[in-house]
Amino acid sequence: MSIRAPRKGENYELSVDLNSEYREKRKDAIKRTIASMTVGKDVSGLFPDVLKNMQTDDLEQKKLVYLYLMNYAKTQPELVILAVNTFVKDSDDPNPLVRALAIRTMGCLRAEKIIDYLCDPLQKCLRDENPYVRKTAALCVAKLYDLKPELVIDNGFLEQLQEMISDSNPMVVANTVAALTDIHIAATSQPSTSSSDPGVFIITPTILNKLLIALNECSEWGRVAVLNALARYVAQDEKESEHICERVVPQFQHANGSVVLAAVKVIMIHMRNVRREELIKQLVRKMAPPLVTLLSSPPEVQWVALRNINLLLQKRPDILSNEMRVFFCKYNDPLYVKVEKLDIMVRLANEKNVDALLSELKEYASEVDVDFVRKSIKAIGQAAVKIDAGAERCVNVLLDLIATRVSYVVQEAVVVMKDIFRKYPSTYEGVIPTLCANLDELDEPEAKASLIWIIGEYANKIDNADELLGIFVDTFTEESYPVQLQTLTAVVKLFLKKPDSAQAVVQRVLTTATKDCDSPDVRDRAYIYWRLLSTDPAAAKAVVLAHRPPISIPRTSVSPALLEELLGEISSLASVYHKPEETFVGRGRVGVDVVRKGTDAEDRFSTQKALQTVVAGQQAENLLDFDDGPAVEGQPSGLAATEVLSQTPAAANLLAGTSSNPLDDLVSIFGGGGGSSAGGGFSFGGGTGFGQSLMSPAAPSSMGSPMVGQGSAPARSPAPPQQQQQPQDDLLGLF
Amino acid sequence: MISAFFIFNQKGEVLISRLYRTDFKRSIADVFRIQVVSNSDVRSPIITLGSTSFFHVRINNLYVVAVTKTNANAALVFEFCYRFINICKSYFGKIDEESIKNNFVLIYELIDEINDFGYPQNSEIDTLKTYITTESIVSSAIAAEESSKITSQATGATSWRRGDVKYKKNEAFVDVVETVNLSMSAKGNVLRADVDGHIQMRAYLTGTPECKFGLNDKLVIDKSERGISDAVELDDCRFHQCVRLNDFDATRTISFIPPDGEFELMRYRSTSNVKLPLRVIATVNEVGTTQVSYTITVKANFNNKLSATNVVLRIPTPLNTTTVDCKVANGKAKYVPGENVVVWKIPRVQGGQECTYTGTASLASTTNRQVWARPPIDVDFQVLMFTASGLIVRFLKVFEKSNYQSVKWVRYLTKASGTYQIRF
Repeated sequence: MSIRAPRKGENYELSVDLNSEYREKRKDAIKRTIASMTVGKDVSGLFPDVLKNMQTDDLEQKKLVYLYLMNYAKTQPELVILAVNTFVKDSDDPNPLVRALAIRTMGCLRAEKIIDYLCDPLQKCLRDENPYVRKTAALCVAKLYDLKPELVIDNGFLEQLQEMISDSNPMVVANTVAALTDIHIAATSQPSTSSSDPGVFIITPTILNKLLIALNECSEWGRVAVLNALARYVAQDEKESEHICERVVPQFQHANGSVVLAAVKVIMIHMRNVRREELIKQLVRKMAPPLVTLLSSPPEVQWVALRNINLLLQKRPDILSNEMRVFFCKYNDPLYVKVEKLDIMVRLANEKNVDALLSELKEYASEVDVDFVRKSIKAIGQAAVKIDAGAERCVNVLLDLIATRVSYVVQEAVVVMKDIFRKYPSTYEGVIPTLCANLDELDEPEAKASLIWIIGEYANKIDNADELLGIFVDTFTEESYPVQLQTLTAVVKLFLKKPDSAQAVVQRVLTTATKDCDSPDVRDRAYIYWRLLSTDPAAAKAVVLAHRPPISIPRTSVSPALLEELLGEISSLASVYHKPEETFVGRGRVGVDVVRKGTDAEDRFSTQKALQTVVAGQQAENLLDFDDGPAVEGQPSGLAATEVLSQTPAAANLLAGTSSNPLDDLVSIFGGGGGSSAGGGFSFGGGTGFGQSLMSPAAPSSMGSPMVGQGSAPARSPAPPQQQQQPQDDLLGLF
Repeated sequence: MISAFFIFNQKGEVLISRLYRTDFKRSIADVFRIQVVSNSDVRSPIITLGSTSFFHVRINNLYVVAVTKTNANAALVFEFCYRFINICKSYFGKIDEESIKNNFVLIYELIDEINDFGYPQNSEIDTLKTYITTESIVSSAIAAEESSKITSQATGATSWRRGDVKYKKNEAFVDVVETVNLSMSAKGNVLRADVDGHIQMRAYLTGTPECKFGLNDKLVIDKSERGISDAVELDDCRFHQCVRLNDFDATRTISFIPPDGEFELMRYRSTSNVKLPLRVIATVNEVGTTQVSYTITVKANFNNKLSATNVVLRIPTPLNTTTVDCKVANGKAKYVPGENVVVWKIPRVQGGQECTYTGTASLASTTNRQVWARPPIDVDFQVLMFTASGLIVRFLKVFEKSNYQSVKWVRYLTKASGTYQIRF
C-alpha cells in the first residue's frame, strides 16, 4: 500500500467514505473526489480507495471511477495493473454500453503497463456484433497508435481498419475514416518518414465509392470526417472529379455549418479538375446561398465563415456579387465580425452598389469603437481607389467626416485622402484647403506624414506651402522618423517647384536632418538630397518629382500559391488566419526549406519581374508597396530585393546614381531595410508612408505576407534571422 | 481534433475539465485564464499561443473552451461548442454556473459520450436522453437488451429515431418561426430586410413514419401548377440530418423519417418581398446642446384580425442624458439610465393600429465635443399567425405501415429580437 495521507483533512475524510460499507456514501465520495480533481486539487493519493469501487453494476459510478482513472493512471502505473482485470472483464460484458465504455477508457489510460493488455480486448471489439462497440473500437486504434505505433502495426489493426471502411454501419465507417486519417497524419508528420511516403491511408477509387455512399447516411460529424477524406482524394480524371462534385453538392443544405464548409472545401478542390464551364458556373451558383446562410449562425461560426468567404472571394470574386447587403454590419455584431464584414463589403463593391456601401460606411464612421471607425474610413478610401466612378462620392463623404472634427476621424480621413491623391493625381485639389485647415488637429505620425506628402506633392498649387512646411521644420527633431522623412522630401519638392521662396527652408531642413537627427535613414536621405541638389538640380528633379504610377487595390491578400493551399483547407485554423499551417502548428519552428518549397517558383518569377521593372526605370515605386503591386507579389523582403538589385549591372548603375531612375525610391528601400534591422519588423511604411495604409485590409495580412515569403531572405541578409527566431507566440499579437 | 474541453466561470475558475488527448496537461487551463479571462481586450474568439489554439464561446458568464494543437477544423469546433450548449439547455433548462455545478457528474458523462479522442460523436439530444439520464442506470442482464437497442439506434441509419415508438393519438405539430432582420436608414430606405425562418416540428407518431412536407416554394409551384401568385422564393434551405438531401437536390421534395419528439426540421432564408409587420417613423431633433426631442410612431402593417404582442422599443438617448420626459398613449415608457435607452413596452398592437411616443431628453452640459453616435432604435415583437416571407405550409403527409390517421397542427410566428433596427 502506498504512503497514506495524514489522518485528517479532506482527503482523509474522502478516503474513509470511499471505504464505507454503504453504497450511496461511497458513490457520493467518488463524486466529491471528482469535484476536487476538477478544481485542480491533488487527489491522486486516493487511487487505491477509488479503485476498489470500480467493480459495480452502477453504470454512473463506473463512469466516474473511469474518469478518475484516466486522470491519474499515469501517476500510479503500478496500481493501474489492479484495474486491468475489471477492464478485460467489462470488455466482455453483455451490455454493449459497458463494452464500449471499457474499450474507450482503456485507450485513454496511457500507462505503459496496461497497453499490452489492451490488444486482445481491442481485437475482439473491432469485430463486435454491435456497431456502437465497433465505432468506439475504431477510434481506440488511433489512441493506441498515438501511444505505441508498433503494437498497432504488429497486431494488424491497420489492415483491420482498412477493412472496416466497408462496414455496413455508416457511423462505423465515419469513425474508421477519422481514425485512419488521424494515424495517417501522425505517421506522415514523423521526422523519420520522407515526404514521398504515401502514408497509411491511401484513398483508392474503391474506397472513394464507399465514402460517397456513407456520406449520405452518417451523422453530421461523420460527414465532416468523410468530406475531409474526400478532399484528400486525387481524382483520376475529369469525369471522376465531376462525379465527386455532384455527389457532394447536396451537403450544402445541411444544418450544421461545419458540414457546409467541408463540402465547400471538397468542391473547391475537385473543381480544379473540372473543365466544363457550365458545371463550374452551376457549382459556384449553388455555393452562394449556403455561404450567406452561414451569416445567421452564432457569431463565432459566422466569423469563421466570413474569414473563409474572404478567401473564396479572392479566388472567385463573382461568387456573391449581388449579395453585398447581407454583409452590412448590425449594430450589435461583435467587433471581429464587423471588421471582417467591412473587408468583404469592399471586395464586393462595384459601380452599382457603391452608393449603398458609402452611406453604410458613413454610418459606421459615427459609431463608438475607435478601431472600427478607423477601419470604416479606410474602407471608404479602398472603395475610392477600387471604383473610379465612385471616387468623387467617396471624397464627398470624407469631407463630411472631416467636418465632424472628431480627432481620430479627421486623422484617418487625411491618411485616406492621401491614397486617393495617389490614385487620382491632380483631380481633387479643391479639397486641399480643407485638409490644411485641420493641420493643428493632427497628432498621429501617419496622419501628419500623409498631410505633409500632400503639401509637398501640390506645393506649386498651395500658396502658403512654405509656411505650412515651415511649421514641421521648426519641430523637426521632435517628430517621429516617418514624419521627418516625409518633411524632408516635401521640402525638397517645394524647393524644386518654387526655388526662390523655399531656399531658406530647404537649407534649414537639410542642416537639421544631417546634424541633429539620430536616425541613419533620415540622415542618409538628407545627404543624398543635398548632394543631388548641389551637383545636378536637373537630376534631382528627375528623381524627386518623378511620375508615380497610380496605386490599386490588390485582388488577393495572400500569394496565389498560398491562396490555393488555403482553399484546400477551408474552415481549418489555417484558413481562418490566412496563414499556412506551418506557421502555427508544430514546435513553432518553420524550416526555411519547407516554406521555400511552396513559394520557390513564384519567387523566381517575381524576382525576374522585379528586375525588369527596375531596369526599365518604371513603376519603381511599386517596390515600396510590396503588397500593392501585382507584379511583385510574393517578393520576400526589401532587403532581399536590394541584394538582387546590387548583383545586376543596371542596378549597380542605379546605386551609383549615374542613371536617371528614381533614386528616391531606392533610398526608401534602404530605409525600409534599415528600419527592419533595428526593429525586427518589415515596415515599408517608413519609406514614404504608404506601406500600411491601403493594402492591409485586415490586421493579419499585413504580418501574414512577410511571413510567407520570408523563407528565402535569411540566406543573404543580416536582419531576418532575428525575425526567424521570434517565437511564434507573436501570432497572438495579431489578434 | 479537440484535445481538451473546459468550462470556466467568469472569474476564470475551472468548472469542468476534460482532456481528450494527451498533448496537454491540466495546467493549460491557467494559460487560458491569464490570456483570455483576465484580459479585457480580447478581440477574437480564437487565440493561438505558440501552437496551442483556444476556441472560446461566451454564454451567460461562462466560457466554453476547446483547446487544440493541430490545424483544427474551426467551424466544427465552434459548432461542437454550441451543440454542447444546446444539450445543456435541453437537459437542465438553462446553462449557467449554477446548473453546471449542480450537474457536473452528468456533464462529465455527456462530454465523454459526445466526443471521443477529440472527434465529436453522436450528439442528437433525443438519443442521448435515452441512455444518459439523471437517474443512474443499473447494468444487468435485463438492461443489456435495452442497451443493445439504444446503441443500435445511436449508430443506425436513422440514428435519430427508435424503432419501437408508440402513441395512442398520432399528432404532429409544425411551428414556422420567422425572425425578421431589418436595417432601415434614417431616410426611411430599407437597407436590408430578410427573414431567417425555422421550422420546428414536434412529431408524436407511431412506428417509423415516412413524411413528406410541402411549402409554397416558388421553385416547386412554378413547375407543377401555374398561375399561383403567392409562392415564396426561398434563397436557401438547410435541413435536419433526417431529411434526404439528395431528393431535395434533385426534385426539391422534402422527405424524411422524423426523430421522435421535438426537432428543427429546416432553416431557410428569404430576401424577396419581405412584409415588414411594424413600420417605425422616428423624428429625433437635437435642440441646441441641452435637449433632444423625440416623436416616434409605430404602425402595425398587417391584417387587423391579427395583433403584435410583447412589442418593445429601445430608443437610444445621448450619454449625458439626465432625465427623459416620456408621453405615450399605449403601453409604458421608461428611461433606463444604465443602458442609455428609453424602453417603451406595448403589450399589444392590433393590425392597422398606430402608437406614438413623444419625449424630450434633457442633457447635462459637457465639454466633450464628440457628436452623439445615434445608435439605431431596436424593436422586439411577436406576431402570431403571420409570416413576413409569406411562407405557407401546404401539406404534411405521413405514411406508415399500419396506415394510421394522424392529426397535424401548423402555427406561424414572426418575431424580432435585436434584429429589427431603425436608424434616425
